[in-house]
Amino acid sequence: MFNYDQYLRLNKFPLIWCSGCGDGIVLKSMLRAIHKLGINKDEMCMVSGIGCSSRLTGYVDFNTLHTTHGRALTFATGIKMANPKLHVVVVTGDGDATAIGGNHYIHAARRNIDITVILFNNFIYGMTGGQVSPTTPKGKRASTAPYGNFENAFNISGLAQAAGASYVARATVYNAVQLEKYIQRAIEKKGFSLVEVLSPCPTAYGRRNREGTPVDMILHQKENSIPVSKAESMTPEELEGKIITGVLVDTERPECRTEYQRLIDHLKEEK
Amino acid sequence: MQEEKNIRVLTGNEACAEGALAAGMRFYAGYPITPSSEVAEVLAVELPKIGGVFIQMEDEIASIGAIIGGSLAGVKSMTATSGPGFSLMQENIGFAAMAEVPCVIVNVMRGGPSTGLPTLPAQGDVMQARWGTHGDHPIIALAPFSVAETFALTVRAFNLSEKYRTPVILLLDEIIGHVNEKVNMPDTTALEIIDRIPPAVAPDKYLPYEHTECGVPPMASFGQGYRFHVTGLAHDETGFPTNSGREIGRLIERLHRKIEQNRDDIVEVDAFMMDDAETALVSFGSTARSARHAVRLAREAGKKVGLLRLKTLWPFADKEIRAYAGQIKNWVVAEMNLGQMAHEVEWALAGAAPVKRLNKVDGDPISPAEILQALPE
Repeated sequence: MFNYDQYLRLNKFPLIWCSGCGDGIVLKSMLRAIHKLGINKDEMCMVSGIGCSSRLTGYVDFNTLHTTHGRALTFATGIKMANPKLHVVVVTGDGDATAIGGNHYIHAARRNIDITVILFNNFIYGMTGGQVSPTTPKGKRASTAPYGNFENAFNISGLAQAAGASYVARATVYNAVQLEKYIQRAIEKKGFSLVEVLSPCPTAYGRRNREGTPVDMILHQKENSIPVSKAESMTPEELEGKIITGVLVDTERPECRTEYQRLIDHLKEEK
Repeated sequence: MQEEKNIRVLTGNEACAEGALAAGMRFYAGYPITPSSEVAEVLAVELPKIGGVFIQMEDEIASIGAIIGGSLAGVKSMTATSGPGFSLMQENIGFAAMAEVPCVIVNVMRGGPSTGLPTLPAQGDVMQARWGTHGDHPIIALAPFSVAETFALTVRAFNLSEKYRTPVILLLDEIIGHVNEKVNMPDTTALEIIDRIPPAVAPDKYLPYEHTECGVPPMASFGQGYRFHVTGLAHDETGFPTNSGREIGRLIERLHRKIEQNRDDIVEVDAFMMDDAETALVSFGSTARSARHAVRLAREAGKKVGLLRLKTLWPFADKEIRAYAGQIKNWVVAEMNLGQMAHEVEWALAGAAPVKRLNKVDGDPISPAEILQALPE
């Protein structure tokens, strides 16, 4: 049995997350991944924005920073540039990272700065009570989409891929083993890495959209997940409503802080 | 033997960059905006040469986020901007005040509101520097009136920021930012440089928001083994969010107390020919240059005029102004806005003497002649 306690601030429990929320599964997968990597807690810096998932930083025994809405990646960029020895992980949600923080998200990926983003995608603004988000699927209901969402949804992983991330993977909380593996690989990766994890929100999303119990929502993930390798040979019609999981990008690109260090070293040599 | 002088001709923006380097700033994040961009341009060249880091961010919101991150990682950090960018930074200025993260924000003031006058001077951001971010918060703001003083006050901005764990705003105006002046460069090895106080206790005893007597808690950096939590939410001494009214009240009260009880250390005014003055000018930044000249001209004409020049804008120099309340018969506040500081002067004097406002918001500086004209007969 894995000892989670060694990474938790147990005196801050209970968690604020609702029962049935998927975020706890992400938290545990993340801690197992960090443990496997053998990272010293003093060298781990976890940064979050605002929202349900962003409250995670209060519960983990690392250097933790709970920032303003959408801005976690900007603070994280400053930390990584100022002290590249730190492992910097950003914990964020769909609204935090791709609505209010969308600009920072694409630019952090473009820079390919060595930061890992674990993006909890629950299709909704949970903490504020269930408003429509940039990833709410078309037609689904939210408190501010009472007749069904009439907008198109973002493909979060696709966005990071297009912007230049080194590593992009999508997982579900149903497949926590796979999720842990992706997070481990993402933190290991030198460059901007994203793990988009679909984390059900039974309270603010599921109930409003009649998606059943929390267990039903997780089983829905199981039944509708398609590995990326299989998805390649499927038509858009066949993929409608499916969750494409797997590693979407795993490549080597020059990393932002490393490139800056090369500049510093080069200027030193010139003296 | 005559001391060897290091004379350079610099703009205010260049002197600001030089002062920051002298103060030990090693991380700069910014976004281009007129009339502040030269600060970034100088630092883009100089920082990597000395192992520091310069990064151009995607906007001003990102810029201030990055410098708060850099400072938490233990590196003195700065950004520079102008009005529109300063507006974008306000939310995270509040974060830096609440989370007590030292950093320096330079605002080279241009005409506003909105895009306003990108290349022309103004002093319209004085109240924004004080109250731009939401909620009750303390702030320190400094305003130099020359290129040489820009260097000195930039160093001082970092010192105050580190000493009091607070964001410090350096308000230049377009004239100070762009004017070329001779600067007798100080010996940077002899400068007083203040660094944040590190914790003196083991990590398990560390309270990152301790209610210390001086009001300023010691500050650890990420990566030093303290593993503390930083949040913009109201928090207790441990740094974690709290809903306790008592803890929230104590926090906000301490944030103000650490500045207010040290205001004598922070507030600087320059009294010029004030000893026998009957009329006093109050001014700051480039307008104070015209005011000084006007004082000299008035003195030549036999008028007893002096200038109280504000080097620290916030906290406000109320005590220093009130000290002249019995002596000065007329006050004139000259500023390139519609009376933002005049209001504070009136409040400080509480009717002790009339306060006349000399304001200009057309992008033209206030001339000595205009100030002379505004003086009472």
